[in-house]
Amino acid sequence: MKLAYLLIILYALAFAAPFVNLYLRKYSGWILAALPILVFGYLLSQVPAVSAGTVYAEEYAWIPQLNVNLRFQLDGLSLLFAMLITGIGGLILIYAGYYMRSYEKTGRFFSYLIFFMASMLGLVLSTNLIGLFVFWELTSVSSFLLIGFKHEKPEARDAALQALLITGLGGLALLAGFVLMSIPYGTFELTVMIANPDLLTGHRLFIPALILILAGAFTKSAIFPFHFWLPGAMQAPSPVSAFLHSATMVKAGVFLLARLNPLMDGSEIWFYSLSVFGATTMFVGAWLSIAQTDIKKILAYTTVSAMGTLVLLIGTNTTYSMNAFLIFLLVHAFYKATLFMMAGNIEKKTGTREIEQLGNLRAYMPIATGIMLLALLSMSGLPPMLGFIGKELIYEAKVNAPGAAPFILAMGFLANTFMVFVSIRLALDIFWGKEVRFTQKPFEPDISLLTGPAILVLISLFLGLFPDIIEKSVVTSALRAISPDTEPVDLKIWHGFNLVLLLSAITILTGVMLYLYKTKTIAFARMVNLRYFRTRFSKRFFDFIGLFLHLTKKKTAFVQHGYHRFYLMTIFIATSVLVWYMIAKVPFTHIQLESLRTVPLFYIAVAALIIMSAIATLTAQSRLIAFISIGLVSFGISVIFITFSGVDLAITMIMVETLMVILGAMVVYHLPKYLNYSGKSSRVRDAMIALAFGSFMTVLVIKTGAAPPQDKVSDFFSLNSYPLAHGKNIVNVILVDFRALDTMGEITVLAIAAIGIYALLKVKLKPGE
Amino acid sequence: MRSEILKIAALHLKPLLLSLSLILLIRGHNEPGGGFVGGLMAGTAYVLYGMAFGAEKTRQLCMVKPFLLIGLGLLFALVSGLLALLLTGGAIMEGIWFSIPVYGDFAFKLGSPLLFDSGVYLLVAGMLMLVMLSIMEEG
Repeated sequence: MKLAYLLIILYALAFAAPFVNLYLRKYSGWILAALPILVFGYLLSQVPAVSAGTVYAEEYAWIPQLNVNLRFQLDGLSLLFAMLITGIGGLILIYAGYYMRSYEKTGRFFSYLIFFMASMLGLVLSTNLIGLFVFWELTSVSSFLLIGFKHEKPEARDAALQALLITGLGGLALLAGFVLMSIPYGTFELTVMIANPDLLTGHRLFIPALILILAGAFTKSAIFPFHFWLPGAMQAPSPVSAFLHSATMVKAGVFLLARLNPLMDGSEIWFYSLSVFGATTMFVGAWLSIAQTDIKKILAYTTVSAMGTLVLLIGTNTTYSMNAFLIFLLVHAFYKATLFMMAGNIEKKTGTREIEQLGNLRAYMPIATGIMLLALLSMSGLPPMLGFIGKELIYEAKVNAPGAAPFILAMGFLANTFMVFVSIRLALDIFWGKEVRFTQKPFEPDISLLTGPAILVLISLFLGLFPDIIEKSVVTSALRAISPDTEPVDLKIWHGFNLVLLLSAITILTGVMLYLYKTKTIAFARMVNLRYFRTRFSKRFFDFIGLFLHLTKKKTAFVQHGYHRFYLMTIFIATSVLVWYMIAKVPFTHIQLESLRTVPLFYIAVAALIIMSAIATLTAQSRLIAFISIGLVSFGISVIFITFSGVDLAITMIMVETLMVILGAMVVYHLPKYLNYSGKSSRVRDAMIALAFGSFMTVLVIKTGAAPPQDKVSDFFSLNSYPLAHGKNIVNVILVDFRALDTMGEITVLAIAAIGIYALLKVKLKPGE
Repeated sequence: MRSEILKIAALHLKPLLLSLSLILLIRGHNEPGGGFVGGLMAGTAYVLYGMAFGAEKTRQLCMVKPFLLIGLGLLFALVSGLLALLLTGGAIMEGIWFSIPVYGDFAFKLGSPLLFDSGVYLLVAGMLMLVMLSIMEEG
């Protein structure tokens, strides 16, 4: 099966989703989930071949002239991501089918969600940078629609806009970075670049390209200092957070870094910048999660921390770190998707996400409690979950980190401790503790709401017990794609007593200690946040946007003032100045004034008519007379067209002018009386503009006539009109055949203008609007 | 202020103008004329009628709404442009011609440009009707 078919199937499903939802309301989640799960099954069946070293690739020409093609490749890395996207995506659809029931327009929601899934799949499969960029942007757009799904809430709209602007700006930087990257190679094909990395790392454009690409990846993955959009995005419905903010959207940036790693791994700067930004984000995210009270916000900040960890692991670039990267990627996807879904369940069944308003839920929802506990075990890195193996590997990587190991280890230790604290808090404060007065009586979530989380935690548990399964299947082949020289590490749940195990034990003990002094810990975190983290990134961002809007409004008000006469003046003055400048630059050729003597009387009469009508227009005492006089000017011109056998032009002009006068008269009928004449000074000004414009037209026509005839485009048309287009009327053939695309544009403008006129005249605002 | 002379003139001129506009449209490919002028003329027929009988009667007379005409016009033009792409795999907006033999060497040639021109015709006529009706119904 072609990889492109997978994408086409999912995009088709996105468009079909509203209809499926319309007819099969109750079961739509399960039915819509079927296709992604089938795709997942197909991908799963490819695992043996891919881990044996096969790489599926296919290429479709898109703009071959610019070396821009769509190339899809299924190797270890893209297979791993593709399975996460479709597998978790399918489970999320089952969950969303029930979760979104109380919402309106669920069909649209499914459509956006599947569209996002398909774009994300396209992103991880693409190896042509332009193709990758297009899918990258599609994920940004669909995530905007998903985050802002509750668009009647202003906070949701703000959060969606913030996410879109930040990831969108990052996307632009990324595109620029891709273009710079392509310069040394002359192609956008990533596989070609990876085959010869020195060409890029030795190039003088390498540093600018690197900065731009990091900007793109960091904004997408919510890396400090761009981390603030992710907690804001918690305005999205829970299925969105569970999908986008655990396994997919935010991981796109991490995916890109992993994809580019073999290309960049000759560069010191690459590793330093990833380590510094990764370690900072890991710490900041974990720290900020302490003082939060909203379950989803807590999870969002731990996600920020996890993204930092992943970036740091790529930057550390050792055998352990690369292995840890892949394992932690899976670990995080499993537990975070589960936790977000469970957060949604808790909100659904109790009406709140505030941790302080929850307690003793264990008595009401025992199954949910079990699932949540297992996921939290994984998050805090305790056995027997896969999270334990992930954390052990990360510690191993940090202990052996080259360069700044003590610093990174300290940051990592603190971040992990906070994670343990947060996990304990999420477990004990929600499911144990005091019984609180609930606004609605909580009960066990329905089967559709529990299926996805249950499957994910069970996988996490199973893989924790038998880790060599993933090592043999996906890790080995994914390592080949991101870091060809790295050997896979033997994954075991029991490593024996060593430094890493000691670190884990201390981490957990410290976490427990923090929890025992919970009130003090939280109070301390709040105090520090208030005193030293006063800078509200999100608020700063909106201030900046506000300032920008203010400036653009001012600029627009200056240029687009809304006075028709000044627009006309601007156009006339600008044209006159530019054309006069060109006329003055070209030497004046000789004009045969003698030929003027032979002008027939007929032309003189028509010219006199035109001039007289023009004067009549200027001196007219009413608008109607002015309209009719200016119509006369045009009729005079059409007479000239006829005598020079421009019949087409002439009839069109006569029709247009007739209609102008009629419509003008109709409009005049509604206008107030013509009382305010323009003053003398403005008349002089207008006269000067008119003279400048009229005189350049005259001089231009005379000069054009005097210039020797050169190769004329009209020759082509008159020669080819009949043979190629079967038409003898050249004007018409040009309009409807040779230049049909132009005409298409023009009639579109006409249609828009008609709608505009209709709107102006017909749509009346109610008072107060 | 409805003049009887204008009414009778409009009543009789309307079919004449409409048929003339169609003739202009069809002959446009080889002789002066075309969809734009034809559309203007068709629109004029209705403008004249509207001046004589008022907006309400004109609206009743129109079998199709002006918006539909505009939409159809755009659709015709677009379809004619895509025909080449779909049928022969040629470039967008490339002309496609069908020759219908009538007698001996003489064949009636029908091409996608005529469809395009009809689109222009419908759009221009619809736009004129829309603008005229909107202005007349104002105030």
